[in-house]
Amino acid sequence: MAKKEYAFYPGCSSQSKASASNYLTSVNSMCKTLDIKLTEIPDWNCCGASIGYAEGGELPRHVMNARNFALAEQHLPGQQVVATCAACWLGARETKERLDASAQLMADTNEALKEAGLHYKAEVEIRHMVEVLIEDFGYDALGKPVVKPLGGLKIAGYVGCQTNRPFGIAGESFENPMYLDKLVETLGAEPVANYEQKVTCCGGALAFSETEKSQAQIKNIVESAYDQGADLIVTPCPLCQANVEIYQEQINKRYGTKFNMPVTYYSQLMSVAYGGSTKDAGLDGQLIRAPKLEEIAKK
Amino acid sequence: MAEEKKVAAYICQGCGIGERLDTANLAKVAQKEGRVNLVREHAILCNAEGVKMIRDDIANEGVTHVAVVACSRRAKTEAFSFPEVALARANIREGVIWVRPDTDEARETTQEMADDYVRMVCAELKAMKLPAGNPDAGHSRTLLVVGGGVSGMTSALAASQAGYSVVLVEKTGQLGGWAANLHKRMPAHEPFKDPQDTGVSDMIEAIAAASDIKVYLNATVAQTSGAPGRFKVSIATESGATTEEDIGAIVQATGFSLYDASKLSDLGVGSSANVVDQAGLEKLAKAAAAANAPIRRPSDGAPVKNVVFVQCAGQRDASGTHLPYCSGHCCNTSIKQAMYFKDANPEIDTTVIFTDLRTPGNGEDFYRSAQRKEVTFTKGRVSRVEATGNTCKVNFHDLILDDQNASIADVDLVVLATGQVPNSGVNIDLPAEAGADEEGQKVVSILNLSYRQGKDLPQLKWGFTDSHFICFPYETRRTGIYACGPVRRPMDIVQAMEDATGATMKAIQAIENAALGRAAHPRAGDLSFPRVRIEGCTQCKRCTVECPFGAIDEDEKRYPVFNEGRCRRCGTCMGACPVRVISFENYSVDTVGQQIKAVDVPDEFSEKPRILLLACENDAYPALDMAALNRIQSSAFVRAVPVRCLGSVNTIWVTDALNSGYDGVMLMGCKHGDDYQCHFVKGSELATYRMSKIDDTLKQLGLEPERVATYEVAITDIERVPQLINDYAAKIEEIGLSPMKGF
Amino acid sequence: MSDLNAQAVAKYRTNFLKEVEERVEEGEWVKMCMQCGVCSGSCPLGPYWAHPPQEIFMMIRAGRRDEVLTSDSMWMCTSCYNCIVRCPRKLPITHIMHGLANYAHRLGLAPKNQPTRVFATLFWNNLIRTGRVNELKLSLALYFKDGFKQGIQNALNMQKTGLGLMKAKRLNPFELFSGHGCKDKKGIAAMLKKAREIEASRKHFAN
Repeated sequence: MAKKEYAFYPGCSSQSKASASNYLTSVNSMCKTLDIKLTEIPDWNCCGASIGYAEGGELPRHVMNARNFALAEQHLPGQQVVATCAACWLGARETKERLDASAQLMADTNEALKEAGLHYKAEVEIRHMVEVLIEDFGYDALGKPVVKPLGGLKIAGYVGCQTNRPFGIAGESFENPMYLDKLVETLGAEPVANYEQKVTCCGGALAFSETEKSQAQIKNIVESAYDQGADLIVTPCPLCQANVEIYQEQINKRYGTKFNMPVTYYSQLMSVAYGGSTKDAGLDGQLIRAPKLEEIAKK
Repeated sequence: MAEEKKVAAYICQGCGIGERLDTANLAKVAQKEGRVNLVREHAILCNAEGVKMIRDDIANEGVTHVAVVACSRRAKTEAFSFPEVALARANIREGVIWVRPDTDEARETTQEMADDYVRMVCAELKAMKLPAGNPDAGHSRTLLVVGGGVSGMTSALAASQAGYSVVLVEKTGQLGGWAANLHKRMPAHEPFKDPQDTGVSDMIEAIAAASDIKVYLNATVAQTSGAPGRFKVSIATESGATTEEDIGAIVQATGFSLYDASKLSDLGVGSSANVVDQAGLEKLAKAAAAANAPIRRPSDGAPVKNVVFVQCAGQRDASGTHLPYCSGHCCNTSIKQAMYFKDANPEIDTTVIFTDLRTPGNGEDFYRSAQRKEVTFTKGRVSRVEATGNTCKVNFHDLILDDQNASIADVDLVVLATGQVPNSGVNIDLPAEAGADEEGQKVVSILNLSYRQGKDLPQLKWGFTDSHFICFPYETRRTGIYACGPVRRPMDIVQAMEDATGATMKAIQAIENAALGRAAHPRAGDLSFPRVRIEGCTQCKRCTVECPFGAIDEDEKRYPVFNEGRCRRCGTCMGACPVRVISFENYSVDTVGQQIKAVDVPDEFSEKPRILLLACENDAYPALDMAALNRIQSSAFVRAVPVRCLGSVNTIWVTDALNSGYDGVMLMGCKHGDDYQCHFVKGSELATYRMSKIDDTLKQLGLEPERVATYEVAITDIERVPQLINDYAAKIEEIGLSPMKGF
Repeated sequence: MSDLNAQAVAKYRTNFLKEVEERVEEGEWVKMCMQCGVCSGSCPLGPYWAHPPQEIFMMIRAGRRDEVLTSDSMWMCTSCYNCIVRCPRKLPITHIMHGLANYAHRLGLAPKNQPTRVFATLFWNNLIRTGRVNELKLSLALYFKDGFKQGIQNALNMQKTGLGLMKAKRLNPFELFSGHGCKDKKGIAAMLKKAREIEASRKHFAN
């Protein structure tokens, strides 16, 4: 298969030594196997995330995203922009759709971009890494490079919100998207069939401001994975990963539970299944280690 | 028929029948026990060759009675259609091999089942005659339409366009009815955004232009007698003279009146001139349009700047004071009326206070359009409208914010969405001398039927005129008379026009069937009709009382007089008759009785019970067929006989069966009660009632009450029906075999 | 009353719906709500909203301006987008809630010290400084929002987690001093300044 090339938008959390740095590590490993070349958009900036609304307002948020688009158009012409972070993808796609729908907004945006010496031509396409995997490769192609099938692992596919709503992955339902489960199956592991909390919100950015309310959400997400006999939770979203993993300790304190459920990215599973080491897969970056997955990686 | 009876039985071996059953034995049973004149087996009876074989026998061998021993009577009806002979079907595919397991163990009882069905079909056929058709056929091709509103005019135009002449009777001096009072109507076409012209004047013109529509204004129906195809209708006109018309079928489209708003004093009626109902608003809107001026408030003529619509005024009232039901159109009507204001001046504050906004049809688009026009929709329940000088204050309970004391002040105009009250005739279920509603107002008959069962169509809940709600809208219990429009249920113009068109199509069918001496729906095309051996009649009047369709009058000696054209051929009279003098040529006490007798009932030591299943042909029997299609197994001890309606079941069948050693009798009919599903309205209810009276007989025979069981089933009960059979078979096993065997 | 709020009150008088339509993100959709309540029932933090979206829409139409803009409710939005995908009328509810919160915040009517308001402000200000989020500074700013002492306490509560993240190389103590950032900070600042100006003019904040 010919090498596939994309303009890469890693997002703040995936930078080195940031909260999702292990996501980036595993994505790089996965892409190496699949012969995907990701070229970072030079000097990309933050998407503003959903929580940026309060102080940021409407146009400044769109301008931030449009700056990335303009840089991609300029430096990586013809390449689709691929984000790994759910919020980056959502924020960027939202901006793109709003600008496409309103000539006024487009003009205003370009007027502001001019201050930074940029112009957005409305040519970019915004995609999430999961879309690339499913649509440009497909489950069959993703299954071919598997050298260490993840047999014996039962995995709860926690889709969460922002890769799922409001845009979602084409062909999936909002209420019960199946793509993570199918991916888990492709890698030889067993997906949890009735994971009730599959699309429950983890609280998102409110994990910082409304800790108690968010932790109640996270508790349900982890508890349901335990109820279904899952060995680990897998997710496509950095904030979901961080919230569900990091706060288990506080939830244990608050509720007297004994949660110790590993939460990994789909790319980490793929890296291991494709023969990557613990380090390649970024499994050393887990706050809660995933021993069964590490075992397979060390085989 | 004077010709000699020649009975032939044809046994099919297709669809696995040949592999599962000994068809040679079936032929033997037909010959030896059924004593038919001719028996043939065929590999695939429904194919061209098989059908030709039967046709050749009819043509060359003089066969007059044909028994098809093959699939269900509901299958292959086109192949097995021989209108020139009497035909009966034995169902050994769906009825036998498809409900039995293909095992060595089951082979014997399965064959016994099939043998019995052969015996039964031979016995049935011998008791049958080829129906000759109603000799008293009527040939009028004129439709009478009562009511000149949108429904009535639609009906008249539809009939005229289909080539039938029409007599249209309108009690007022002009056509147009309710819709003529409207400024505009809600849109009937895309994009459903704005109110549109009512179209009433176009309809009136079209009627005037149609040479085959005769219009009587200021006229009423003085008397209606006869039957479909030969109604005699006398029309009373203003001058006092009456004219007689020959009529084929009748459409009643008498519409509705608005609920009396004067009963709504809490909502400001009476205390403020600025509180109107929807009709009042239409009047104001028309006047404003005529003067090319804004809509003005009645109290002082100042232009309206703030208007509030109150939905469900005097409707959906659980307290019993006002109308209990929803009139369906009023939300859309208020939306339309709100647009009268917004389209004229977007600055007018326009609020609709609703509890549940219901916008049927394409009203959802219309609702959205009103929201775009910035009509404010507030979910709340209005408690009181107070008059405050030239304005009103509308107090309401805000249901979203749960604010009991919400209010809107300085309202120039309050519009109450009151409901539709049907313009039905007299309630024939009330004593004749009553004839007045609770306010003491004289209720006038609309059709003045000279029927034994009353002057008007029966009424449903809340005074709406009869219609068969579940299965056949427009059909009433008076054959050839159809109700449409708001007189049968609340509705808007779009619905009324569709209703009127449907009712007209039904009326045309009735006209055509009547001319051919055939039954109208649901047994459309049936040529049989009830025959009575009048010398045996004891004048008990059960048939005249129980006929759901008012088809039977009484003569001066109180003998029944059958009006075949009004009859639906359900056989309820046959089931009712204690002396069994009523029958149809192809369906009688004898055709079923002989089948019951033909079954081979094994002795009490055989451990093989026999259960008779009398199944309604409209719902229960199709459900049995579909269960068979799904290969759901059921007991081998059941013998099923389809009946036209449970209402036609004469208790003699049940007592005879029990007397001759059957272990149980199951009756399966349709749901009855207020939301009945019986094609014939009352049949299943009457059967249940009659069977409740059979207990005494059972006691006399020394039998358990469980030996007769009645069930309500629906056509969709595909899994339930075989389950009921198997449960009942288990029950019979539990209580033991009948002691009546061998007597 | 802030100047901006006084100006808004003078401009729109009693027509709050019109104010929302002109000034709040996706505000022109508010009139299209049909009051089914699916949004309220779909919200993960639904029970914590003093007025769930359904009520907010009703209150806007009833002109209850102060109640809406001073409400804590919109700040409960987690941006899960459940309401958007389920709304039978396809209202962009999430965005409307964000827009209302942003407008209330801009007018100075939003509840002071509302934690999400505080965090959201810190977040945006953090990211525009260098063009990218500095996670450590953001966390510390959040911990210390209620003063130094409480900040130490908050930080201690999360100490174990923080050390774990550092060990896992997912938190960098040196972010405090340098850290990631865009090169063209100046261009970003200029661009955002311009965007704010344009937005103020489009939404009539000036007159």
